[in-house]
Amino acid sequence: MSFEPTIGLEIHAQLATASKLFCSCPTTFACPPNANTCPVCMGLPGVLPVTNRQVVEFAIRLGLATHCSIRNVSQFARKNYFYPDLPKAYQISQYDRPICEHGWVDIEVEGKTKRVSITRIHIEEDAGKLVHEGEDPTASYVDLNRAGIPLLEIVSGPDMTTPEEAKAYMEKIHSLVTYLAVSHGDMEKGNLRADANVSIRPPGQKELGTRTETKNLNSFRFVRDAVTYEIERQADELREGRRIIQETRLWDAMTKTTFPMRSKEEAHDYRYFPDPDLPLVVADEAWVDRVRKEMPELPDEKKARYIAQFGLSAYDAGVLTQDRAVAEFYEAVLAAGADPKKAANRVTVDLAAKLNDTKHVMAEVKFTPAQLARLIALVDQGAISSKQSKEVFDAMYDSGEDPDLVVKSRGLSQMSNQAELEAIVAKIVADNPGQVEQFRAGKDKVFGFFVGQIMKATQGKANPALVNDLLKKKLG
Amino acid sequence: MNPCEQPLHVLHQMRTTGEISTEEIAKSVLARIQQAEPKLHAYLAMTDEKTVLENARKADKKRTSGEVVHPLEGMPITLKDIFCTQGMETTCGSKMLKGFVPPYDATVVEKLKHQGLNLTGKTNMDEFAMGSSTENSAYGPTKNPWDTSRVPGGSSGGTAAAVAAGMALAGLGTDTGGSIRQPASFTSLVGLKPTYGRVSRYGMIAFASSLDQGGVLTRDAEDAALLLGAIAGHDPRDSTSADRPVPDYTQALQGDLKGVRLGLVKQFQGAGLDKEVEDHFQANLNELQGLGAEVVEVSLPALEYALAVYYILAPSEASSNLGRFDGIRYGLRSKHAEDLSQVYQKSREEGFGPEVKRRIMLGTFALSAGYYDAYYNKALNVRRMLSADFNRAFQQVSMIVCPTSPVPPFKLGERLSDPLQMYLVDSYTLPVNLAGLPGMSIPGGFTKGGLPLGLQFIAPAFQEEKLLQAAHGFQQVTDYHLRRPVM
Repeated sequence: MSFEPTIGLEIHAQLATASKLFCSCPTTFACPPNANTCPVCMGLPGVLPVTNRQVVEFAIRLGLATHCSIRNVSQFARKNYFYPDLPKAYQISQYDRPICEHGWVDIEVEGKTKRVSITRIHIEEDAGKLVHEGEDPTASYVDLNRAGIPLLEIVSGPDMTTPEEAKAYMEKIHSLVTYLAVSHGDMEKGNLRADANVSIRPPGQKELGTRTETKNLNSFRFVRDAVTYEIERQADELREGRRIIQETRLWDAMTKTTFPMRSKEEAHDYRYFPDPDLPLVVADEAWVDRVRKEMPELPDEKKARYIAQFGLSAYDAGVLTQDRAVAEFYEAVLAAGADPKKAANRVTVDLAAKLNDTKHVMAEVKFTPAQLARLIALVDQGAISSKQSKEVFDAMYDSGEDPDLVVKSRGLSQMSNQAELEAIVAKIVADNPGQVEQFRAGKDKVFGFFVGQIMKATQGKANPALVNDLLKKKLG
Repeated sequence: MNPCEQPLHVLHQMRTTGEISTEEIAKSVLARIQQAEPKLHAYLAMTDEKTVLENARKADKKRTSGEVVHPLEGMPITLKDIFCTQGMETTCGSKMLKGFVPPYDATVVEKLKHQGLNLTGKTNMDEFAMGSSTENSAYGPTKNPWDTSRVPGGSSGGTAAAVAAGMALAGLGTDTGGSIRQPASFTSLVGLKPTYGRVSRYGMIAFASSLDQGGVLTRDAEDAALLLGAIAGHDPRDSTSADRPVPDYTQALQGDLKGVRLGLVKQFQGAGLDKEVEDHFQANLNELQGLGAEVVEVSLPALEYALAVYYILAPSEASSNLGRFDGIRYGLRSKHAEDLSQVYQKSREEGFGPEVKRRIMLGTFALSAGYYDAYYNKALNVRRMLSADFNRAFQQVSMIVCPTSPVPPFKLGERLSDPLQMYLVDSYTLPVNLAGLPGMSIPGGFTKGGLPLGLQFIAPAFQEEKLLQAAHGFQQVTDYHLRRPVM
């Protein structure tokens, strides 16, 4: 028996603000434990939070980009629970009055567009973390550097039905938060973490099955794999006549399985109530309008424009626009005069392959867009062959060296000087009268012999197209 | 009169004319501490005498070199132990915070330091400000200087006792449901709880964030105006503090009460009011009318729910605010804990006293899933109704007047076994916190047995000047504020 999965994601995006949500401590990554703390984020007696307005602006930005309605008056609430990484014993979050609600994004899977609803987006602070290695091996240590770092929690509707959709949705959110510059979107640093809610039901059944929540998935692949695993696990349970237990689970990337969290950790009544230390968050129309006016072109719009304006395929346009840095690089290559299709090819094929091989991100690319445009021009002008250009590209990628210098230093330049080549062609033809006779007698294959001779005489540097032209003319 | 018993502004006048030095004032206060502290137990921590004298001499040096000396400069002042003081232990009257030395100053402390604060020490209080008698302190009760068998009120009872007894010239307290005004009433002081948001709460250990407000305990209205002016004002570190200018409160100390309409709250009359308190209040009203005030009745229909609303909202906020006392980063950690949940349970079990535990449980219950709407949310709605009632009343009258406490200072232990009897003591004060209004208790007379009684004025938000003017007017025709307990 097969089942129909229902998937919803809650994504936590760490925001790219310079300071924390409720104090002025820096958000710098990888500092010594508790270096980025103050009485406020340590939750000392008597301290009070003050809202970082940049965070509210970021929330508005993401809300507009996901077609949400923005609440003009939203509210912070306290989520109360005890844990050593939570210094106040409550997390400041938003509860019944989140800043953004009722939005949607479109995702594309296997060429088909699907709309996923966004239930809500709210602002909250991160907790610190426990460190279990230290002087005393029996002790746990608390590092509060992360405590108070601003997050946006983005809650989707239960609208996805396949692991691929879940992955595409998370990629879409990643694309949006980086486009909007509200998050660095650095997955390795946990900038984006997803909790996946998964349930299954027999086809035709109206009500949803019992769901599980798999927490803290910090890569696109983990989301896909964890959802895949959960769907199969739940199906197995049902097939064997067992019931699904509503529970929180964790993903083990090594074994590629999910396992239940200890139930004690989830038996919480969070006792939410409005935080009396913080005034209502007022995002008036003027503010929302200003943010709307300052919105950058978003990936969907950009993709449509690339298709219409440059005649790119939907696939290429999609690849180019998913990451804002890639799109910006591509447009800079065009601005340097390159042909849109040729530039697209360089970026989506050559550059994408390199980035993938070296695990680099766009920001780490050593050559400039202008240099890539120059490389394309060198091929266009016949200065190097298309084949040679691959070698030049590799060298540029590795060292950031200028393409002209690479061509020169490696002696890759193509011989395209017409007069020079004409002389060589004339000499070869003159030196081989027998073959000339054969060719003129209709033996076309001999043409290749002449090309070979010319390439040999020029150590392979002769521009093949030009050689073809000149030979044809000479041999009549 | 001994210098330590004089109002601060009088002493400032005297030192300006060279009649007395700040050092002599400090010596007088220190001597009184030596004498009275063993009997009263007003202090939890004391600044060493050398430092107090040095601070006093600094003000004297400034004066002799011709510099302007601020009225508060070098004057021995005390702080309730709820205000964080950098480098000085701050316990909030709790075992939980024994040994806690804050790395920062509360905003009001910082402000007073700019004025040349000469801190005598930190005064006793009900644990985490929960109580009306200072008997809930983990460090033993403070006694009333007027009668040491009685309580000085609470929770700012330590500050009240210290100022009343001449162990400080003035002090800061906090008021969540009457914790400045009721002790002021019990010790014949002026106690002013400003409008919510008038004084920064940063560095004031939170009990109920939406109700807490710092304020002053002084010997008369002029001292209250001086001290309030020094601590009031917007604080960028407290987003609930009001961003509006601070007037010169001493300018309000003039005029009389001619034609001022005072509201007598219908719902305050009757039940629970001690006969002697009632009689004295009537006498006070006559005195006010003698000054030209008009007294009219006003109605606050939601008032009958105020106590219930307060005992839902305040414990709810407290249950969350006190979560941070978990034994992990500071304060008491149980030595008997064997795992994380025991660290929480045992530390809190050993660290908190019974009243604090009671309120944490009340608040935790009120916020629980399934009860939130019936309790917390409903209480919030009634709170809004009460505010509206006050606003309506203030369209008819300039201020409201009532006794500060329905009862005179009671005996130590008298109400300890019955929390509800203790809670009722705040019936006349806590509605003011719920509405966020400024309220002030001033000396209103004495019982036949010589126990102090307070008279309370309540004004519209941010009209502390009205309170000061009324107090000043009342002081012109009465001498209650000039009497001192025999030490």
